[in-house]
Amino acid sequence: MKALFSLVAVVILILLAWFGSGSSGGAYLFGVILPYAAITLFVLGVVYRVLKWARSPVPFRIPTSCGQQKSLPWIKNSNLDNPHSLVGVVARMALEVLCFRSLFRNTKAEVKDGPRLVYGSDKFLWLGALAFHWSFLIILLRHYRFFTEPVPGFIMGIESLDGLMQIGVPPLLITNIAVTGALLYLWARRFTNPQVRIISLIADHFPLVLLLGVVTSGVCMRYFFKVDLPAVKQLAMGLISLNPVVPAGIGSIFFIHLFLVSVLLAYFPASKLMHMAGIFLSPTRNLANSNRRVRHINPWNYPVKVHTYEEYEDEFRDVMKAAGLPVEKE
Amino acid sequence: MYDAGKIIVGLVIFLLLITAPVWYNAASGQASYAPHLEIVTDAKACVAPTDYMRTSHMELLNTWRDEVVRHGEREYTAFDGTVYEKSLSNTCMGCHSNKAEFCDRCHDYMAVGRPYCWDCHVEPKGGSQ
Repeated sequence: MKALFSLVAVVILILLAWFGSGSSGGAYLFGVILPYAAITLFVLGVVYRVLKWARSPVPFRIPTSCGQQKSLPWIKNSNLDNPHSLVGVVARMALEVLCFRSLFRNTKAEVKDGPRLVYGSDKFLWLGALAFHWSFLIILLRHYRFFTEPVPGFIMGIESLDGLMQIGVPPLLITNIAVTGALLYLWARRFTNPQVRIISLIADHFPLVLLLGVVTSGVCMRYFFKVDLPAVKQLAMGLISLNPVVPAGIGSIFFIHLFLVSVLLAYFPASKLMHMAGIFLSPTRNLANSNRRVRHINPWNYPVKVHTYEEYEDEFRDVMKAAGLPVEKE
Repeated sequence: MYDAGKIIVGLVIFLLLITAPVWYNAASGQASYAPHLEIVTDAKACVAPTDYMRTSHMELLNTWRDEVVRHGEREYTAFDGTVYEKSLSNTCMGCHSNKAEFCDRCHDYMAVGRPYCWDCHVEPKGGSQ
């Protein structure tokens, strides 16, 4: 039901762009106004959420320690899995961000006949996530050919590496296959695995379907319903240089693609996709385990008003003397 | 705000990455460049309508290549009934004679690497960059 809702929502978005972009006013709406609105929402939304997270105090170091802590010199410590210094933290974060190291440790629990509970390693989620994220990054970088003039050499390098297999014209790109396959796997996983299925919400299905829509419309545009690319670049460069023009004769498949990307950008800050920024702000990953070696002072400690004995005696000396109590100073 | 220094630096890097094309194009000053194609011909029509040629010429050329080289079929009946020879050098380049001023204009603009037409075909003289 949740999956169906997401699917229907994306189909409606596609139909909106398809029929909406037909007139010249519609083309301006879907080609200029909505992309501008979407990118504004994206940037402001991401900055807002990061600043909101930054207001949360981190009074104590809470890294997940997966190895021996640094302590006495003859005990071998684990620098990556229990970092004690900035270098260790940077290395741990880099492996986490670039290689999804914690996902690599993903396990699954299964009840086998017996009944016996069996834990096993499950690398497919890691593989699917890695394939999706890296392909998506390469695809994003490839799109810079629409936003730069002259196109930098490394962008062309990426594209020619991507088309290495030289299958067909225009060349089949490896990332197109990888990203579609990975997204289909990640979505299928939410149906086939009962535990994952029951905890999947619309907020889990919708981004996957939306991304599938973006990827499918892009693939269709490259291989099947081709559009006038120089005209598309004119539009993109106009948007970038704040001088937007909508050249005539761009096929509606382009507006479908652009609208889905706009929806993705606008939806991004409000969704789980914010893990893009969140991964850098994960206290269980980005803190060095220095709880025992360094004194950490709670940032919300307020100054405690102290009344010392000397002050107390100054205040009550006369009364104390009168009552016959001993005092330290006469 | 806690760890303000690190977080602000991170946000600035994010904003720079997002807006990179804006600064890049401002520096190169070529944001408004549009490719202009030189066509030298008296002919009124191409082998296919302009819209089709703009978007799908690579498919047509690829099909021609396969049909000529692998099956020896050299005649192409166009959409208006005219029969053309399937030949890059003789048919296409009769009108679009200059690679640098025709093919390369858009291919450079769109960063389409090196099409492999020129792996076999000799580029016409005077047409190179």
